[in-house]
Amino acid sequence: MNIIVVGCGKIGTTLVSSLVAEGHDLVAVDNNPDVIAQITDIYDVMGICGNGADCDILEEAAANKADLIVTATGSDELNMLACFLAKRMGTKHTIARIRNPEYNDRSLSFMRHHLDLSLAINPELLAARELFSLLKLPSAAKVETFSVRNFQIIELRLKPDSLLDGMRLSQMRNVYKGNYLICAVQRGDEAYIPDGNFILRSGDKIGLTATHTEIAKLLKELGLMQKQARNIMILGGSRTAYYLTKMLCAAGNSVTVIERDRRLCEEFCETVPKATVINGDGTQQDLLLEEGLRSVDAFVSLTGIDEENILLASYASSQNVPKVISKVNREELIPLAEHWGLDCLVSPRKIIADVLVRYARALQNSEDSSVETLYKLMDDKVEVLEFIVKPDFPKLQIPFKDLKTKPNTLVAGIMRDRKTIIPSGEDMLLGGDKVVVLAANQRINKLSDILG
Amino acid sequence: MNRKMVFYMIGRIILIEAALLLLPSVCALIYRENCLFALLITILIAVVSGLGLTLLNKPKDITIFAKEGFAIVALAWIVLSAIGALPFVISGEIPSFTDAFFETVSGFTTTGASILTDVEAMPKGLLFWRSFTHWIGGMGILVLVMAIVPTDSGRSIHIMRAEMPGPIIGKLVPRIRTTAKILYLIYIVMTAVQVIFLLCGKMSLFESLIHAFGTAGTGGFGAKADSIAGYSPYLQWVITVFMLIFGVNFNLYYLILVRKARSAFKSEEFWSYIAIVSVATAVITFNILPQMKNVSESLRAAAFQVASIISTTGYATADFNLWPSLSKGILFILMFTGACAGSTAGGLKISRVVLIFKSIRSNLKHMLHSRSVESVRFEGKTLDNATVRNVTAYLGIYIFCFVAIFLILCIEPFDLETNISAVAACFNNVGPGFSAVGPASSYTEYSDLSTWVLSFAMLLGRLEIFPVLLLFSPTVWIKTKTTKKRI
Repeated sequence: MNIIVVGCGKIGTTLVSSLVAEGHDLVAVDNNPDVIAQITDIYDVMGICGNGADCDILEEAAANKADLIVTATGSDELNMLACFLAKRMGTKHTIARIRNPEYNDRSLSFMRHHLDLSLAINPELLAARELFSLLKLPSAAKVETFSVRNFQIIELRLKPDSLLDGMRLSQMRNVYKGNYLICAVQRGDEAYIPDGNFILRSGDKIGLTATHTEIAKLLKELGLMQKQARNIMILGGSRTAYYLTKMLCAAGNSVTVIERDRRLCEEFCETVPKATVINGDGTQQDLLLEEGLRSVDAFVSLTGIDEENILLASYASSQNVPKVISKVNREELIPLAEHWGLDCLVSPRKIIADVLVRYARALQNSEDSSVETLYKLMDDKVEVLEFIVKPDFPKLQIPFKDLKTKPNTLVAGIMRDRKTIIPSGEDMLLGGDKVVVLAANQRINKLSDILG
Repeated sequence: MNRKMVFYMIGRIILIEAALLLLPSVCALIYRENCLFALLITILIAVVSGLGLTLLNKPKDITIFAKEGFAIVALAWIVLSAIGALPFVISGEIPSFTDAFFETVSGFTTTGASILTDVEAMPKGLLFWRSFTHWIGGMGILVLVMAIVPTDSGRSIHIMRAEMPGPIIGKLVPRIRTTAKILYLIYIVMTAVQVIFLLCGKMSLFESLIHAFGTAGTGGFGAKADSIAGYSPYLQWVITVFMLIFGVNFNLYYLILVRKARSAFKSEEFWSYIAIVSVATAVITFNILPQMKNVSESLRAAAFQVASIISTTGYATADFNLWPSLSKGILFILMFTGACAGSTAGGLKISRVVLIFKSIRSNLKHMLHSRSVESVRFEGKTLDNATVRNVTAYLGIYIFCFVAIFLILCIEPFDLETNISAVAACFNNVGPGFSAVGPASSYTEYSDLSTWVLSFAMLLGRLEIFPVLLLFSPTVWIKTKTTKKRI
């Protein structure tokens, strides 16, 4: 597909990198010549230097033939304008980053409608949603849901004293009965799709698919279940913090927010009156202890500085806070932070990139199946896709044991009329099913890629 | 430097050369010539060494940075020429390897300077190979590799930059591979069109191909001792026009293809090119009029020679050694300007000349009005200082290399005109110079040392100096440590 990315700041660059990896033809537009020079040096894209809302620039970027334009400049208004112009010039789909909370839900939907935007993305809001779902299930390092809401995939790391250490997967099935599936394992830098003979080790990161209730049951049996976080401390009064606090307060949790800037604190206080807002420097450990760091259920560091987030998160871990989450903007730091023992890291840039990759992949719908959702697990080494099986898919009503699947892929779940099935060899696909498929170290675009 | 990747790429390029050598072999087979044997042995050597290099150097890490890009391009051109010279040596047509190497470098770099004294005695298979190297070298062997072989690395733009001539390299489409394909497609189609035009003028198919290759690559190897002089006026005009066409930036043809002809014809470089060609032709036409029979003949000779020199092709319809000094002087200057960037021509390139003039003008203005704020505009866009600085730096190093090569050549017992024009003709990839290296004579008189130096000059000129010089920088050769563990 031909995709135009306007604005190559932090998010724009991440987008370029992941969309190029997907195999799309990209045109990157930015008004800073240095940024363009750097991007064209690293990635195989065309760079245009100029204002993305200038129709001459858009024409040069061939907006009339483009399939998708994504605008991610620092200005919401410019993003909207560029999308609007591109749409009028013939671009098929438009996605704008709109992050200002003042463009609230109602005015946003009005604007989306009248500007003909396919999607408006708000990185902070998406990050806050992800954080919220993590706080609801604190045992997991990552939680993703599929279109049938109660079906989930979670990532968790096996602690050194885990009951599962040294256990064969077939054996585990007999010990812990239930309707679940260990669908992916990451050990060191390698990601695997395990079979029955795979032996788990402590330190492994495992991916688990099951329904909400099954997951809770299994975690309880394994002694891994942590209760939902109720008392939460948030460091930094950023926009992400604002959205998260609003969601948490609405769900009846108690939230303490620590922010250095007096003015931001006051603003916060006005918009989310239920939260406790502390004006102080969160890097002072005394202040954190005074505000009850040792008694909270979860600690979330959301300041604008990655290093500060990582350091304070590991301090919180050392104070035995049950759940510690850190925001990390630069992906390069994620492996370093994991090395430090932080397993729960949220990167807004990566979330956005995933959303767009999913969107772009769904646009390339093939005849036999269409992509509904797409997640990346295990440091992006494993892809999880949800497909809708069309009624004319050739491999319908054939039991899985009679079908050949490609190595390192797995059908992890079938959702049929609000029922979820963890498939065995006897199960088969029917038209209209929603299927969850995993693939390690490869890209799949359609269901027939893995079922041969 | 990631040496494995560099050697692996070179191995692949040698394999592609082996495949390309099949064409002259077919030609030799058709004419039932003995040189077929020499060509086949060369193919064998190329396949063995190419396979050896690729198999021994299977790289784990395939990233290419600027360093690797430059090294791959420079080494590839040297290795290609060395292997391309083998058929001449093995067949015994050019017994000395030095001379054969010169001839092949001259081919690949599209210079067209020859050490042969009797072209017509050469077997047709080898003549074909000699001209075919022009065609390959014109657009660039690595651009060809990029068009054929898929690469995962986005950084292969470094290779393209090192091989494509001109100060600013832009892509036509987002993907480098598609860009390379489009360029080659335009190149092939235009060559084919020229062959058809030549065939219409009753030139034999073999000679049409030879001359089309020579024109397309702006090389200048022909099939006759008197170059193009023996052909009909129609054929001379066809070659004149095509030499000029191949001197235009290929991006313009792409713009015309995608129906943006209007922006194509806004190109400053294109109009400067046309202006220089017309003025030079007009002046020379009147200057040589006394020596010619009539105006039309004078115009034909002048236009042909101007086109041939400015596009750095090097064909000749007349011995311009015998022309008046003014005409010779103009031709000598045209050797340096060269044609447009992004074409197959050599020389400094018109865009650089225009940029240099513009930056001089803005500097002068700045001297008069010390507070004036200046920016250099080119093709409707303001250029950043780095580009302007690059162009002036290039001019500096260009002059420096020119002087150094000229000094070495002065050891030879030739007059100044011969030496200076030999350096200019080789360095700018033109071919024939003046006096003893004029269009009617050849480079055979030069000693072995000078032959090597001139071969080197041709490579420097074709790859625009930097990649070749960087090979001599020790930092390029520092080995990359292969680390297994991250963090």
